[in-house]
Amino acid sequence: MDLSWYYLKGILTLAGIYMLPVLGLSLLTGFTGLFSFGHAGFMAIGGYTTAVMMTKLKIPFIPSLLIGGFTASFVSYLIGKLTLKLKGDYFCIATLGFGEAIRLILENVQYFGGARGWPGLPLKTNFITVVVIDIIAILIIRNVIYSRHGRNMIAVREEELASQVVGISLFKYKMTSLMISAFYAGVGGGLLGTYLGFLQPKIFSLVRSTELTIIVIFGGLGSITGSVAGAIVLVALPEILRSFANWRLVVYGAAVVFIMIARPEGLMGGKELSFSAIKNLLRKPSKN
Amino acid sequence: MKKRLLVCLLCLLMTVSFALSGCGKDNKNSSTGETVKIGWIGSLSGDQAVWGQSESQAVKMFFEDINNNGGLLGKKVEVITYDTRGDGTEAVNAVKRLTGQDKVIGIIGPNASGQAIPISSVLEEMKVPDIATVATNPKVTVVDGKVKPYNFRVCFIDPYQGAVAAGFAIDVLKAKTAAVLYDVGDDYSQGLTQYFEETFKKKGGNIVAKEGFKSGDVDFRPQLTKIKAANPDIVFLPYFFKEVALTTKQARELGIKATFMGGDGWPSEQLLSMAKDAVEGSFFVNHLDFDDPEVKDFKTKYKNKVGKEPELNAFLAYDASLMLADAIKRANSFDTEKIKEALETTNIKGITGLIVIGKDTHNPENKDAAIIKIENGKYIFQQKYRVQ
Repeated sequence: MDLSWYYLKGILTLAGIYMLPVLGLSLLTGFTGLFSFGHAGFMAIGGYTTAVMMTKLKIPFIPSLLIGGFTASFVSYLIGKLTLKLKGDYFCIATLGFGEAIRLILENVQYFGGARGWPGLPLKTNFITVVVIDIIAILIIRNVIYSRHGRNMIAVREEELASQVVGISLFKYKMTSLMISAFYAGVGGGLLGTYLGFLQPKIFSLVRSTELTIIVIFGGLGSITGSVAGAIVLVALPEILRSFANWRLVVYGAAVVFIMIARPEGLMGGKELSFSAIKNLLRKPSKN
Repeated sequence: MKKRLLVCLLCLLMTVSFALSGCGKDNKNSSTGETVKIGWIGSLSGDQAVWGQSESQAVKMFFEDINNNGGLLGKKVEVITYDTRGDGTEAVNAVKRLTGQDKVIGIIGPNASGQAIPISSVLEEMKVPDIATVATNPKVTVVDGKVKPYNFRVCFIDPYQGAVAAGFAIDVLKAKTAAVLYDVGDDYSQGLTQYFEETFKKKGGNIVAKEGFKSGDVDFRPQLTKIKAANPDIVFLPYFFKEVALTTKQARELGIKATFMGGDGWPSEQLLSMAKDAVEGSFFVNHLDFDDPEVKDFKTKYKNKVGKEPELNAFLAYDASLMLADAIKRANSFDTEKIKEALETTNIKGITGLIVIGKDTHNPENKDAAIIKIENGKYIFQQKYRVQ
């Protein structure tokens, strides 16, 4: 076993950064039933806002991250106001358009460096910060899901009409879910910018959005543990496959397809890994 | 049952991952033992794969030659190549792997500024020098007036290339007016446009039209119609050959008679077969003269080995290898700090011209640019040109 910790730490940090938008998307897609292909757009907003706060306004790191998150959240409110009333797939298409629009706007705003990117951002994100932020993020999202609001979101996912009948406001819960999810994506974007020390609109392309959705589905819809595991596995997978050189991404795609066929419900399949679940798991084999 | 299946699956994944990442890597310090390791990163997959693959072949070819002639300071060189699929975050991972796990003594690549900029923090942390091949953004080596200690490059930079094109247009072609069509979503295209405009105006020329398009577009007639109305002497097209072929064809169809000019995104065998007559009589700025005897030597050697014509990147990757090997020889050591210091005083003749690294910029200073004209479906070298 000669894995260098330095290299491993890099991958884990990146996985931890992607975990935030994935957790947000998990709430939106896995628990509220709305698909989004524009979360890279929210990451971009968060990333660029954080960068502006830190370099131009000299605000410290953590407040900048939060401002980045809130800005993304605010933009998602505007988007949600316009599109959340749309039924079915229309919302998904609207987010797709939004994500691309954000990227194209950033590519042409020379103040942020345009398509050439924005180098020289302060390097504040390290492994420890990412782990701490991830733990806080997981705890918050867990509490949201187990609260009354979370149950209402799940009700919206399961059956819109029935939940309306029992008095749940569809719009309100979809909006809450979208805003929390955008906040997570925004903070994730801020972390990415301060990890790389560089932002370029190209980083937040449509491919990034689809990757996030793939991770959520791969991990298992409606499972926080699944999203966490999915983020780690799918960020690490391309690195693990480095020995395949030119064929790496082909193998990556094939591996994802294979796992999805073998386990259509995703890694966790809506289950959560908690302490009691581990206890059950350990008990069961001994019974047999 | 399901849970157990899941646990099995996870275990399997973990085992496979560790087995794969561990295989074939001896983690000895590279300066001990029989071999030293040198890394290359770039796009082996994705939309820039053509260039990346050509680069990695050239680097491998160079060090194979060195190994056949007794190696570097008596040791064999092993080249490790990693794919970045054109993505900055992947480039960071790849460099972490090269420096942390493989313990390379120097890195060649990547071929784009978007990847070369984010890796500098890793290089500084691990103190390993990197020579970028065609990352032409000035900020790859210098940010806010400070030079990045471990980032070098072998190509000239965008301001220089843009300035050369503008200077040549005015001084040699005697142009008074120019129009620019550029890719608004491309960093390279934006950079060239900006510096072309600056120099052209400074030298007394006039930019009469500036139109943008978005990568992936195939119809440029709306922009070209506006350019035609402005009637410029030259039309500057700072982007890659595929779109260049489309635009030049459509422009000639619309009856634009102006001379076309471009940058180092042009030279490719495919441009000539795609655009045919449309690019006839056009000029572009290049890193080298294709007919130079040394360049020809390299071309035949590459073709014999790989079976394809080398792309432009291959020449620069070859020169980057040359630069690194020269620095190691002069440092007479595999210590990365000493190699970095030796790189700062590089003064060698590569196949793309004289490479003299500036200590404060880490760029090759005053590298000659080659002006190439397309005549009778061939790239004809015109002259070396340098901006004063």
